[in-house]
Amino acid sequence: MRAPEGIAPAEEAAAAAASARRRRLLDRIWTHGWLILGVLVFALPIWITLVGSTHDAATIGRGEVPLLPGPHAAENYATAWTQGGGRFRAAGAAAMLWNSALMALLIAAGKIAISLLSAYAVVFFSFPGRMAFFWMIFITLMLPVEVRIIPTFQVMVDLSLINTMAGLVVPLVASATATLLFRQFFLTIPDEYVEAAKMDGAGPLRFFRDVVVPLSVTNIAALFVILFIYGWNQYLWPLLVVNDRSLETIVVGLSKMIGTGDAQNEWNTIMATAVMAMLPPVAVVVLMQRWFVRGLTETEK
Amino acid sequence: MRRRVIFRGKLLPYLLLAPQIAVTLVFFFWPAGQAIRQSVLREDPFGLSSEFVGLENFREVLSDPLYLNAVWNTAVFSTSVAALALGAALFLAVLADKSIRGAGVYKTLLIWPYAVAPAVAAVLWLFLFHPAIGLFGRALNAAGIAWDFKLNGAQAMLLVIFASAWKQVSYNFIFFLAGLQSIPRSVLEAAAIDGARPARRFWTVVFPLLSPTTFFLLVVNLTYAFFDTFGVIHALTGGGPGKATETLIYKVYVDGVQNLNLGGSSAQSVILMAIVIALTAVQFRYVERRVHY
Repeated sequence: MRAPEGIAPAEEAAAAAASARRRRLLDRIWTHGWLILGVLVFALPIWITLVGSTHDAATIGRGEVPLLPGPHAAENYATAWTQGGGRFRAAGAAAMLWNSALMALLIAAGKIAISLLSAYAVVFFSFPGRMAFFWMIFITLMLPVEVRIIPTFQVMVDLSLINTMAGLVVPLVASATATLLFRQFFLTIPDEYVEAAKMDGAGPLRFFRDVVVPLSVTNIAALFVILFIYGWNQYLWPLLVVNDRSLETIVVGLSKMIGTGDAQNEWNTIMATAVMAMLPPVAVVVLMQRWFVRGLTETEK
Repeated sequence: MRRRVIFRGKLLPYLLLAPQIAVTLVFFFWPAGQAIRQSVLREDPFGLSSEFVGLENFREVLSDPLYLNAVWNTAVFSTSVAALALGAALFLAVLADKSIRGAGVYKTLLIWPYAVAPAVAAVLWLFLFHPAIGLFGRALNAAGIAWDFKLNGAQAMLLVIFASAWKQVSYNFIFFLAGLQSIPRSVLEAAAIDGARPARRFWTVVFPLLSPTTFFLLVVNLTYAFFDTFGVIHALTGGGPGKATETLIYKVYVDGVQNLNLGGSSAQSVILMAIVIALTAVQFRYVERRVHY
């Protein structure tokens, strides 16, 4: 409001409008420019990995660092799929992908199932010790496996769960965040639903199956995406529990292939394996983006 | 908070809770208790007998120069990862929040690294910065910088910081974007009408309104840098060269799993538990209270 209205001549107004337009254009270029740079910074490591998976080991080993894809994609992926690579031979990617998928699915499904049940008990019943149990579940947030490596390993040995799929999955299925999320949601279910169910003579299990679970479907879907990625990306736990190659997960298997990171590694096969290790969780995030964002922002509140 | 209308049942609620509680007891509480017990015991090298030594293990751990080195590394590593990942994410979120064409595409292209496992991120960065075969590793050497993260501790630290932050930006981006989108347009318009320039508008209006998100993310990022980056360090540097990238978590792993030093490793575990409890308490206490204005 510096210039008094109406005094500015028409041409001055036109010049002002033009400069405003120019400013907006510059602003838009600036915005897109930085965003594109950001996207590139994120995509570059992936691009180089993709490129690396399409050349032969000798090209990479000589340090020629190609920037464009080469002709060896098919054989690299075939080798990685069946035999694995690197001098510290891991299992083939097919077997490792299967292990990872099974582990991730079981962890996600297990976490959701037992959290649904315990949240249901805490919200819809009144019984001695209710809050104590709730706090017990809550406190597990503060005991990540990283801080209790050795004693947890000893428990695994005592229960002979080392080198088993159950050993990979069961210790990870407790979930404070999922229980908190479901509890939060269950508290919003109107009392009238419960009353109506009681009037119809439906018991708690029937109410759970026919009302509570169907109402929770969106929450379950959102959580599933997050927990699948959580399960797929596990590292320390499989590293501790599994030394049998038939149970190797792809994330741990990939890092074992690298060994000490020698230049003479079969980097082409390793990069093909890396692509396969990334593909499933990235596909889940991209294809289920809406659920993913929802699951992420809701579980962390 | 509790419901008004509930079901009756004496045994059923316990049965419903049983699976979760069983896992919690066997795999969380029992091992945590064992860690505390072992932290005050010392075993003979053959594991045949153990004696109570009080806080001796803690005293030893806290006066061990290697442990203090790990504390220092963890401090440098965590603050750098958090600062880098938060700064980059906030910058990108502010840009992506503008009403521009293709905002949705940018969003998708910026959030997918969340799905990449820390150890896989390490492999990608290793391949880029390998001194002999990596694109950037070779470029740096060609430019006259003696780049070899397997020999140079500072370079190794830089590399694990970048690989860890790279993966975490997308998480922060999602939360910053959600936070920005929840700021009422009217507030921003009022600031614009008052004639505040965009940069000033950001620091005096937008940033303070984002402070609950920022604070929450700071805690999450520190937790991530403390615990979830084990895979990055294990796959990329193995704590080396010469323990230059050995963090607290990595040291617990090395002392416990490789060196089989039960007492020392347990004392470190107990210290870490105290850190997690503090972080979680801070998160729940202050995030609930909404620290802005």
